Amino acid sequence: MALLQVNNLSIAFGGLRAVDDFSLEIEKGELYGLIGPNGAGKTTVFNLLTGVYKPNEGIIRLDGEDITRKNTIEINHAGIARTFQNIRLFHQMSVIDNVKVGLTERFKYSGIEGVLHVGRYKAMEKAMDEEAMKLLKVFGLDSERDVLASNLPYGKQRKLEIARAMATSPKLLLLDEPAAGMNPNETAELMETIALVRKEFNMTILLIEHDMKLVSGICEKLTVLNFGRVLKQGETKEVLDDPEVIKAYLGED
Amino acid sequence: MSFLVYLINGLSLGSIYAIIALGYTMVYGIAKMLNFAHGDFIMVGCYVIFTICSTLSGNTFVGIIAAVILCTLLGVTTEKVAYKPLRGAASPLAVLITAIGVSYFLENLALLIFGADIKSFSSVVAWQGLSFAGGDLKIQGVTIVTILTSVVILIVLQLFIHKTKEGQAMLAVAEDKGAAMLMGINVNKTISLTFAIGSALAAIAGALLCSAYPSLSPYLGAMPGIKAFVAAVFGGIGSIPGAMIGGLVLGIVEILSRTYISSQLSDAIVFGILIVVLLVKPTGLLGKKIMEKV
Repeated sequence: MALLQVNNLSIAFGGLRAVDDFSLEIEKGELYGLIGPNGAGKTTVFNLLTGVYKPNEGIIRLDGEDITRKNTIEINHAGIARTFQNIRLFHQMSVIDNVKVGLTERFKYSGIEGVLHVGRYKAMEKAMDEEAMKLLKVFGLDSERDVLASNLPYGKQRKLEIARAMATSPKLLLLDEPAAGMNPNETAELMETIALVRKEFNMTILLIEHDMKLVSGICEKLTVLNFGRVLKQGETKEVLDDPEVIKAYLGED
Repeated sequence: MSFLVYLINGLSLGSIYAIIALGYTMVYGIAKMLNFAHGDFIMVGCYVIFTICSTLSGNTFVGIIAAVILCTLLGVTTEKVAYKPLRGAASPLAVLITAIGVSYFLENLALLIFGADIKSFSSVVAWQGLSFAGGDLKIQGVTIVTILTSVVILIVLQLFIHKTKEGQAMLAVAEDKGAAMLMGINVNKTISLTFAIGSALAAIAGALLCSAYPSLSPYLGAMPGIKAFVAAVFGGIGSIPGAMIGGLVLGIVEILSRTYISSQLSDAIVFGILIVVLLVKPTGLLGKKIMEKV
């Protein structure tokens, strides 16, 4: 059974069908790419998958569980985490605190224990710190643990956003244009990071990307969206060589 | 010597403003709304203490605990019933006007239950205070307790926000509600918690305010509420240390200008300062520059 199974998803804003009859299956451990021209509805698909928008039609299943009508928080707890096209870190918080926000659901203690520093507080905070440091090490951010997130260089902010998403221990990771605004060196490093996440956590990843080098370099399968509809779906190479896909991206002669 | 007494009295009044302003600023920072009924929560707290002390048990401590619990419930309920349904409203004015409505509702409810006549409140602080320099410098017990209480509140609040995960969740929601939700943070619970803390603080502020100025009326919360709002804006709304500094400065300015300039003009001076600060530094003393997303 596929980890993520999306059937006939549609949403309309006014008269505009932003996503129309969208279906997708991602197997566990796959690295899947979602591509398409600007305005094709890629980020809308992410917003539907994470409960930011509710679809007019269609079903979303994660690991067999129907999550279509769940809200954002429940979907996160069910196992989908994401990053954003424009980085949305908690900029006024330190690097480690950003990751710890992602961990809060897994470590329980009451506010009173927290203020008085008694009961489960010390053990839980220590466990959270250790867990957060483990994640930061994987992403090579451990030496910057107390730096304010806004003071990190751009590439590292991207990494921190992925680390924060991983802290919620997802089954599926959604990356929205992770290479946006990056130079070729940073993009190469990002590709290594994504490969690392797959290896370390055996993670299933769905990513939106415009950088064709990144897409053809790491994605195993692709779905091409155009005007909210699926234009082509399949193995990366075969999709990118398709004349219709080339036409959608480059226009007709 | 008398200057020192006025300064300490100002510090004490400022501490009360600061405790109220903390409620304003936390709610604004996290729920992005101005709870104009916040001042009336103070009034509710005062009447609860008054009722319990004069009729039921007579024990002030029980009165304060009851006021804190009732105000907390009132704050959380108000948020759930009146503000939460409007959180997604097209205009942020909807919830602002609702808050003004809640304010009038509480004032008139108190008028209905307790009547319009001014009741006298007996101080929750029995201690007479200290005197220095052979009796020249007398500081009242309630003044000292007020200042100490505000210091303790500030410390506990900072510990809570920076050292606990609920506090971190508050900071996360304050900065980016959407991203916090997508990271699995329960935003509704976080906002409820904020209202609970702010309202509990209002009850404590009420106990202190009425101990220093012992006349009880249904409108007693309105003016301190507005001044605490000024303090929060002055310090930079959304900032906790800002609310504290804003409150203290306002209290000192009010008492000193009432003493040395004119008691009629003191409020005008307080609000005048707000205008000047906003002209020079629109985000307040410690406020952060807010960048509009494009």
